[in-house]
Amino acid sequence: MNIHEFLSTPLESCQRAGPHDGVVLSSRVRLARNIKAVPFPGRAKKSERVKACDLIRKGVEELPEMAGAFADSMEHLGAMDKQILVERHLISREHAAKSAGSGFVLSRDETLCVMINEEDHLRMQSLQPGLQLKKAWQAIDEVDSRLETKLDFAFSSDLGYLTACPTNLGTGIRVSAMLHLPGLVLAEHINQIIQAVTKLGHAVRGLYGEGTEALGHVFQVSNQMTLGESESDIVERIHKVLLQIIEHEMNARSSMLQTKPKVLFNQIGRAYGTLAHAHSITSKETMNLLSLMRLGVGQGMFPGVEKALLDELFITTQPAHLQKQFTEKLEADERDILRADMLRDRLKKVAGPVIPA
Amino acid sequence: MLCCQCNQNEATVHLTEVVGDKMKKVDLCEACAKAKGVSDPAGFALADLLLGLGASQQVEQSAGAEGGQLACANCGFTQADFKKTGRLGCSECYNSFADGLEGVLKTMHKGTRHVGKVPKALRQVRDVSDQLKTLQKKLDKSITTEDFEQAAVLRDEIKKLQKRLTEVAAPER
Repeated sequence: MNIHEFLSTPLESCQRAGPHDGVVLSSRVRLARNIKAVPFPGRAKKSERVKACDLIRKGVEELPEMAGAFADSMEHLGAMDKQILVERHLISREHAAKSAGSGFVLSRDETLCVMINEEDHLRMQSLQPGLQLKKAWQAIDEVDSRLETKLDFAFSSDLGYLTACPTNLGTGIRVSAMLHLPGLVLAEHINQIIQAVTKLGHAVRGLYGEGTEALGHVFQVSNQMTLGESESDIVERIHKVLLQIIEHEMNARSSMLQTKPKVLFNQIGRAYGTLAHAHSITSKETMNLLSLMRLGVGQGMFPGVEKALLDELFITTQPAHLQKQFTEKLEADERDILRADMLRDRLKKVAGPVIPA
Repeated sequence: MLCCQCNQNEATVHLTEVVGDKMKKVDLCEACAKAKGVSDPAGFALADLLLGLGASQQVEQSAGAEGGQLACANCGFTQADFKKTGRLGCSECYNSFADGLEGVLKTMHKGTRHVGKVPKALRQVRDVSDQLKTLQKKLDKSITTEDFEQAAVLRDEIKKLQKRLTEVAAPER
């Protein structure tokens, strides 16, 4: 089975629901682990990497959680396959650049995903829709506990799990959530929030790390410190911060509606107008406008429209997903035209925004 | 705005980090961002980059004081390599560069000692060793008080635990 047959359709993947999913798109907990006897992937020779990859892949594939999983070496995945996995946030861009000696394992339900020989020998992550950090941590903790009986992890009683980069040392944990924050961006409160969250020792990044006004108003919040604090404390601390951000976002949305309704309706109405009628549109503009329409759905401006439709379009309009639907190689300007065609078609049945009562 | 690395291309990747009341800004072009691994949306290399740069300087300074180029005996990784990549070569590097890393870890993390999950095998070794220590103390005490009946019981328990320790210390893989 190839990765396209294996992956759920964008629509299916967008219908997964979770707590607070109006704001929190997904929760993720990642653990970094290394095999004691082998140099880190950046340093290991190719033969060592291939050997380690085979060993780890066997261990991972044997896990009960990985029954029916997709597993392959990165050299067997084409550039478009890899880009699709990046757009689904299943692998990092760094991992997409890897080839022989690196691998990828994805569980049948797509909630567990293991990158082999990325920056560390093992980067295993658990993904959940909405705000479910604790559940994600428990799932990946279990996977880790099973794997440690088969693989000899590099661990020091003083420094904890040893990682290629000292920033991941100790627990090797990265707890993160992807947040949709159009309210805070429109109300121009986002910078204050970012500063406050950063001061608490957490990192805030955009969808593609492109400055603060992230594409599609999507931000990632994650812990930065991994040493000197237990996993459950880190999870708990981030969870509390996220609950506060959610509250601020919801406040920003409702206060926009009360104090500057015209600004809000104007932005959302124009977003709908462009998406439903454009004949050429870039991926970046699409993301930002879909984000505004998603906000409109949350405010009841598009009765009968599910936010899953917008989330689905958010995925399918990205370059690799768009390219996948066509056999011939598309140039960027051709993609812009086809993207607009697809959006007009999908939004044909969506009526224009109404002013919420 | 030009990229602060190559000073040639337009910077498209911007990072602002606020630590206390200090603000650091890094602006990179697509190519430099990619070279530094900061274009990765799922990873967190951008922050790593900042920390990594500071980190490598500190390691260099501490090694510079001793003079000479420090290299890891296990994998041959040098501090120059660390400066270039912001990554270490192998798990032994943490011992090889321990002196320089101590300060780095302090600025990077909440503490410098691991708190949290410990692999089960090690946890068992630790638990059994702790139990052994307690029993040994009890044994010493019962010998000084000439409670030999109790001492015999304790000695047997200690023997059992020592056997258990060798079992958990070398688990079958």
